[in-house]
Amino acid sequence: MVVKVISSAEAISEAVKRARPSVIPVYPITPQTKISEKLADYVADGDLDAHYIRVESEHSAMSAAMGAAGTGVRVFTATSSQGLAYMHEPVFAAAGMRLPIVMADANRALSSPINIWNDQQDSITERDAGWIQLYAETGQEAFDTVLQAYKIAENPEISLPTMVCVDGFILTHTVDPVDLLSQEEVDTFLPKFEIVNACLDPEKPMSLGALADENYYFEARYAVEEALEKSKAVIEEVGKEFGDKFGRYYGLLEEYKSEDADIILIAMGSICGTIKDVIDEQRDMGKKIGLVRIRAYRPFPKEALREAVGDAKLGVIDKDISFSAGGAVYLDTKASVDNQTTGFIIGLGGRDVTPKDIVEIIEKTENPEKEIEWIGLKEE
Amino acid sequence: MIEIRFHGRGGQGAVTAAEILAKAVFEEGKYTQAFPSFGVERRGAPVTAFARISDEPIRRRYQIYSPQYVVVLDETLANVVDLTSGLKDDGSILVNTARETIPSLEEANINTHVVDATGIALDVIGRNIVNTVMLGFLSAKTGVVSIDPLITTIKDTFKGKVAKTNVEATELIYEKYSGE
Repeated sequence: MVVKVISSAEAISEAVKRARPSVIPVYPITPQTKISEKLADYVADGDLDAHYIRVESEHSAMSAAMGAAGTGVRVFTATSSQGLAYMHEPVFAAAGMRLPIVMADANRALSSPINIWNDQQDSITERDAGWIQLYAETGQEAFDTVLQAYKIAENPEISLPTMVCVDGFILTHTVDPVDLLSQEEVDTFLPKFEIVNACLDPEKPMSLGALADENYYFEARYAVEEALEKSKAVIEEVGKEFGDKFGRYYGLLEEYKSEDADIILIAMGSICGTIKDVIDEQRDMGKKIGLVRIRAYRPFPKEALREAVGDAKLGVIDKDISFSAGGAVYLDTKASVDNQTTGFIIGLGGRDVTPKDIVEIIEKTENPEKEIEWIGLKEE
Repeated sequence: MIEIRFHGRGGQGAVTAAEILAKAVFEEGKYTQAFPSFGVERRGAPVTAFARISDEPIRRRYQIYSPQYVVVLDETLANVVDLTSGLKDDGSILVNTARETIPSLEEANINTHVVDATGIALDVIGRNIVNTVMLGFLSAKTGVVSIDPLITTIKDTFKGKVAKTNVEATELIYEKYSGE
């Protein structure tokens, strides 16, 4: 076991190196750039045998990723914020073509005002694309999730692109200890990619992403829906296999002290670490608070969520906003359970989230005043 | 949990100092976390970096508001930044300065350690980069990190002559101020 004190950006790059993708088309953007720089180093130093394509934009990065994945090889790319927005069109196409691309998104706010700091609006805005979206709480989880993402995406029953989302700066630029599995260990979990489904082959010419009129389009979209539903079981299986091998278990969601809780917070990503510390303090004072951390946002784990929340009062924390409707996780939660549920918008554009904010959320979940609360707004 | 805040200017290595500290205390078997204040990086602009040290895994992910120690790489920051903001009552501030005392901190009754890190850096490293020197001073004055893992980490972080002179300067300052 080699534990190193590194950033999540480096942890992701180390995981990608061990997954051995054949093609990496990538365009730099803060705060993702550290990932693409590290991968460029590995390729230049001969530590990773991949075609590193310096594309001219994110739209091209995803287009090149699709072309490469269409030939049946393993592909990686990474982006953030405006970059993800710029690749919006091919992001949808990649899912429809069922290409098992893995992409890291260093979560960052969208313009305007222009802002380079963290929230989750960028990836949330791509939620309807048909991609699997997994949100990591720590650098360790980011490393582990990249490896699992390939295994999930490349499952022939699933064959869907997968996004690994990490909070920009809060994770990408923070160093802490990460257990870096060795190449040999990773090889026992994630072997070389052998494509089973049809792919581009000069010997057997075919088209990918062709025009489909109403005779076919509807069924093609339904096939994505079915695959995403099926991926729930695959995410659980792969997370369990990873745990059996390496001791760290993952699933669709993580339950933290939620079993007997009167109040359960629901959240995604790095904020959950702070929430866990607050929960421990609240429990010391006799308050039964719990957390359900959504790890897979797409597919949305409605069944698992329903089971996890019992009849607790729910406070759903979003680092995104669908204006006039509420946060995305809040809306999905409301559509999945009948519990008393309050939505909280927090941390947009990198506004720091402190334990005091979490305590306020707990209080307002217990005694709600409004359906949706913005926490941490400055007074005018 | 011990929380430490570094103040420097862009290019002075405050973020690197926090990371070296985190790596060195991890070598000692503790859990650590280090991160910058996520600003836009510009040479000369005020930069803040943070480190946490604990015997337990560290889960929290927010900025440090009440540090035990504050390390100041550039004393002219006092004009633009509230250096002692949130400093714990039993905490202390370590300042790179050629002065022997800092009246404003003394008046405020703040436990202050001063050192001419710039002088040592210019002598030994040949450049006014004081981040490793200040880590040696932190080690000597607070014991929050031991000198041996600190030296090992500095050797791992830099290469060739830069590594050699940084190690020399850090050892020099540690020997001068430890046990004082």
